[in-house]
Amino acid sequence: MTVVFSMFLLTLLLITAIAVVHAGNLFVAVMLSGIFSLLLALNFFLLDAADVALTEAAVGAGISTVLFLGALSLTTDREKSPSPHRLLSLAIVAVTTLAVIMGTLDKPSFGDPEAPVQVHVAPWYLETTREAIQIPNVVTAVLSSFRGYDTLGEVFVVFTAGIGVLFLIGRHSGTKPQDIGPPHGEPSGLRHYLIPRLIGRMLVPFIMLFGLYVQFHGEYGPGGGFQAGAIIAASIILYALLEGEKRALQVLPRSVLVGMISGGALLYSAVGVAGMLMGGNFLDYSVLLDDPVKGQQIGIILIEAGVGITVTGVLLSIFHAFAARGRF
Amino acid sequence: MNLAYLLDILSWILMTAGGFFVFVGGVGALRMPDLYTRMHAASVTDTVGPMLVVAGLLLQSGLSLPSVKLLGILFFLLLTGPTASNALASAALLAGKNPEYARRMDEPADGEKAE
Amino acid sequence: MELLGLYHYWVFAILLMTGFYAVVAKVNLIKKLIGLTLFQAAVFLLYISVGMVEGGDAPIFTADNADSLFSNPLPQVLILTAIVVGISTTALGLAIVVRINEVYGTIEEDEIQEIDRR
Repeated sequence: MTVVFSMFLLTLLLITAIAVVHAGNLFVAVMLSGIFSLLLALNFFLLDAADVALTEAAVGAGISTVLFLGALSLTTDREKSPSPHRLLSLAIVAVTTLAVIMGTLDKPSFGDPEAPVQVHVAPWYLETTREAIQIPNVVTAVLSSFRGYDTLGEVFVVFTAGIGVLFLIGRHSGTKPQDIGPPHGEPSGLRHYLIPRLIGRMLVPFIMLFGLYVQFHGEYGPGGGFQAGAIIAASIILYALLEGEKRALQVLPRSVLVGMISGGALLYSAVGVAGMLMGGNFLDYSVLLDDPVKGQQIGIILIEAGVGITVTGVLLSIFHAFAARGRF
Repeated sequence: MNLAYLLDILSWILMTAGGFFVFVGGVGALRMPDLYTRMHAASVTDTVGPMLVVAGLLLQSGLSLPSVKLLGILFFLLLTGPTASNALASAALLAGKNPEYARRMDEPADGEKAE
Repeated sequence: MELLGLYHYWVFAILLMTGFYAVVAKVNLIKKLIGLTLFQAAVFLLYISVGMVEGGDAPIFTADNADSLFSNPLPQVLILTAIVVGISTTALGLAIVVRINEVYGTIEEDEIQEIDRR
């Protein structure tokens, strides 16, 4: 039954992807790619990846759509020229697809427990998490403890991307900062959008509460800093869309956001340095407390908080950078 | 034992009915002539459909934490779905799209409407 | 069943190449970026499919799954971070497109090259 359902979802995913590429109006393409992300999240859930599904739903369907719409409002939503060399590209793509499919024929069958990828480090991670870290969510344990270096690198990539966006379009010289979202346009818009505003205002605290739950429950269930950052940023973006960008900036001014971007990354690195100062290796949490297991858990909570703060700061700064450039 | 069997059957009936309404909503969204009638058809998928499906799932999970979560999901679906429909409809109205299916029904062909 | 065993990978291949087509064939820069996100999504799907174990549970210990088989947590960790990194880099790309639009007044690649040639 699950097999049929997952094949159905995968086929739907393919159809949506082709529709995204085929759509002539960019607005339609962006909306379809939001649907694509939700379908992808469902597929991830069926593939036992609850954490990834949560992230994809919050980031792909929520924040990515808002950012693309922001970019569209700054440029244009019409695709002007038809593709040149369309047949040539189609031919190349068809040949490459066949080559990739040929390559998959040698792969072990889907879900095979004896496949090489399943027998190497995964069992070790599962066992060691049970003994040395003692938290239920292995994904969080691997993310923040075993592969702490990798995650630190990822946080700095997010950090760098955020700084890059601020460099490119963060300064709003020449154009006046204006509100985006429903309340712009003719004044009659406000009256017409009364219901969404009221309901949205009601939902914002719930979304934020859920974000905090995901942040601090990440050791026990699906969740963690990356997801929580995306969800909290989404709640504040919703607030900005409802009440105008200025009100959102009063809640969290730009200076605070910049502080969050660097503060989260700094907190992460500081935990690593603290480990060094207390006689361990960089990002070795076992030495943080007398009990190594407790030390691991404290370290994971701290660095997840750092990740959450940075991701929230970066996503919100990017949103504000796009919103402030609006010239409606 | 017998009661559990009965509850199982009832829950499957509810879920199938919910699935049917979602399907009807999908067909309506594809086949209806203009935006407003399409939205009208599609709104079945975010009201009756989830209500029936969640009712069926509640019978499956009984009195437990998942039931509370299911009720929470239903609450937020019922809150956000109609709101989204309302936002979409008023945006369409503001953009100058009039519900003109009713008018078009009275006229013989599209071409003569241009006068 | 043996045939279906590779269906996930085929979907990956077609998705990947759909994104690739948008990147190489489309002229509109935002469309290219959308294609790039499709390409990313295909890679995500491949990793998660590889990590899945038939009959396994999500890698979260609960009270009653002490002896069960678990799916591989490692690909999930890699993709979890990759999704957030992906949106940040996409935002960077969008910022560049917005700047290009401000300078050239268009986001169509051929028109930009036309202006450059003048």
